[in-house]
Amino acid sequence: MKMTKLALAAAAAMTAATPALADLVIPTLNYRTGPFAPNGIPYADGFSDYLKLLNARDGGVGGVEIRELECETAYNTQKGVECYEATKGEGALVYIPQSTGITYQLIPKASVDEIPVHSIGYGRTSAADGKVFEWIFNYPGTYWDAASILTKHALDMEGGSLEGKNIVLLHHNSAYGREPIRTLEELATKHGFTLSLLPVDSPGQVQNSQWLEIRRSRPDFVFFWGWGVMNQVAIQEAANIRFPMDRFMGVWWSGAETDVLPAGAGADGYKAITWHQPGMDFPIYDDLKAHVYDAGNTSGDGAHIGTVLYNRGLYAAIVTTEAIRKAQEIHGVADITPPMMRDGMEALEITADRWAELGLEDFTGPISISCEDHGAPGVAAIQQWDASAEQWTLVTDFIEPDKDVVDALIVADAAAYAQEQGITPRTCE
Amino acid sequence: MLYREAGDFKTSYQDDAQTFPIAFDRYRYYFVLFVAFAVIPFMITEYWEKAVLVPFLVFAIAAMGLNILTGYCGQVSLGTGGFMAVGAYAAYKLMTGFPDLNIFFVVLLAGGVTAGVGLVFGLPSLRIKGFYLAVATLAAQFFLVWLVNKWPWLYNYSASGQITAPERSVLGVSVTGPDVAPWASYLFCLVFVVLLAWLMRNLTRGRIGRQWMAIRDMDIAAEIIGVNPMTAKLTAFALSSFYIGVAGALFFAVYLGAGESESFGILQSFIVLFAIIIGGLGSIFGSFIGAAFMILMPVLLKNVLAGYLGWPTSIATHMEFVIVGALIVVFLILEPHGLAALWRLAKEKLRLWPFPY
Repeated sequence: MKMTKLALAAAAAMTAATPALADLVIPTLNYRTGPFAPNGIPYADGFSDYLKLLNARDGGVGGVEIRELECETAYNTQKGVECYEATKGEGALVYIPQSTGITYQLIPKASVDEIPVHSIGYGRTSAADGKVFEWIFNYPGTYWDAASILTKHALDMEGGSLEGKNIVLLHHNSAYGREPIRTLEELATKHGFTLSLLPVDSPGQVQNSQWLEIRRSRPDFVFFWGWGVMNQVAIQEAANIRFPMDRFMGVWWSGAETDVLPAGAGADGYKAITWHQPGMDFPIYDDLKAHVYDAGNTSGDGAHIGTVLYNRGLYAAIVTTEAIRKAQEIHGVADITPPMMRDGMEALEITADRWAELGLEDFTGPISISCEDHGAPGVAAIQQWDASAEQWTLVTDFIEPDKDVVDALIVADAAAYAQEQGITPRTCE
Repeated sequence: MLYREAGDFKTSYQDDAQTFPIAFDRYRYYFVLFVAFAVIPFMITEYWEKAVLVPFLVFAIAAMGLNILTGYCGQVSLGTGGFMAVGAYAAYKLMTGFPDLNIFFVVLLAGGVTAGVGLVFGLPSLRIKGFYLAVATLAAQFFLVWLVNKWPWLYNYSASGQITAPERSVLGVSVTGPDVAPWASYLFCLVFVVLLAWLMRNLTRGRIGRQWMAIRDMDIAAEIIGVNPMTAKLTAFALSSFYIGVAGALFFAVYLGAGESESFGILQSFIVLFAIIIGGLGSIFGSFIGAAFMILMPVLLKNVLAGYLGWPTSIATHMEFVIVGALIVVFLILEPHGLAALWRLAKEKLRLWPFPY
């Protein structure tokens, strides 16, 4: 009896999984479990909901349905590799690894398997150099852009000079958290501030000694590269030692509702960098409500709709599907292949008008990717948390990073990678 | 009926002392080797390579290494992850520092470097035992991972501390780097597994292995009958670290192709320790079956729950933990000596079957 039931279920699952004649396969390496789940879930929900919206409202992209292949990585590199191998045979168009560690794993494979990898605002910074990293994209910005923009904001707050100031980088002790160090070191010499590093070991629930150090040394600014439960702990600790919250600034992965809410009123004034607007004051939410939420297709429990990371999931899904659209346009076929997808990503252009058409007016700046620059536009704004209203608001315009510093570093690092791996950079004619 | 010594006449002392005295076992062993070397390489796909077979082989080597130390010599160690990190970073430095050195020797040398480090961390074992030694090796775990973070020379001053394995080949077939045929990396690991298992079997049957076991069973008695505890314990630490270093080098260079200090956390130490406890302490077969349990069971459950039954991935992952955890408890209650003991018992029963007394 039990066996027949099991066999039936297996048979049903297999028929359900049989691919349709044509579909656009997007694997999502989500993490809804583990210490990074509080941040992984809203993002994953936003991403899936947008794909569901396209399938329900427009019948996919260009008339071809999108098939999402969800695979759980728990932010673990080994599981990420397993997910990659399990899904790539299904015709995956693009990989969005959602983890800097997994991105590093996939970078060498991307050019061999000819499947593009898109690390959306994370991963290897020098992958922005499209001449060396043909198959890797990291638009709309890199950690080096983020580090530079945070420094610029700090400069503004200090009236234009950081001479003799102390800045602490509190970071996740992994490839992700160490990524901004090189730029910050460069900026420290340029602006004359002292940089000290305080690494926190993964997953980051224990930060007592780091905050003891901050309390002792009283730095002028703390820059923060955290993710998952580490964010909540850090913001709580900062509140506990009454660190001035407007001088505590997180990267775009450390500025969501789930990160600040546990600290309550103590988190008021905490800042984080972001490349898109928070909130759900956009027409796209009407469509989502009509076609997804009311149809009972909400991903997850629907508790995260409209949060920062949910919006970021929407953003990721939009830049991915817009690249599919572009690829269909370039090649004139609806059922595209991964190399076509790469062409679409490289030619992607989303103007302000297009964002408005998508139902997200003024949600973010325009995007224009080119063969040389896989990390454009690299601009971001600072958002601040208002604990009494429980919402994020943008407190600056979109800021340009210090391109002199960042671009030189990207070229140097990409050249070093090309040499190590024996890659001849292509010419972008 | 097949499983008998009867009728299998041994005519030399060498025959008498062989590893598999029963003909059936011997043929089974050759059969397994034949399948592993001559059948699987023709059927292996990338998924089987990267998700199933290579991780299994790598962790089998690590489990054998820890089994030498914990299972045979009785010294508890929680430093496996740290020693794997030493092996991985040593392999990386050797690969980038000596591009012409064959990867086969790189892996062996990485094991050698780890043996040296293991020897140093083995010194406290001469004075402390049991839980206290476990804590000392735990310190090694944290120290070594901290060190590979702290010392930029080890990762060639790269911006993020990530190490990436360059392309290297054996006899013209590339085994590391992005463009590797599944059979090549599988066979490369398999050769190490077979060599190291063969070495371990012979070590544990000989003088050195008997010294280890004497120390494990009662160190004072062993000392009185003339076993030198220093050489016994230190050889166990060195050899165990050598195995774990080889596993770490393969883990980084062949299995993942890239690595960072985070991949060698305390969790890896626990996985290997659980593998030998569940598989069977002091058993080579136990190392294999334990590694299979810890590495392959989650992959199997994932494929069944999320793949065939179509459960949401998050629930499937949570259930994976529940089921693996429950199975560990069940196995430890039913057979505290590990799955290898079940196997041993089954073999004894088979010998008597069909007329048990």
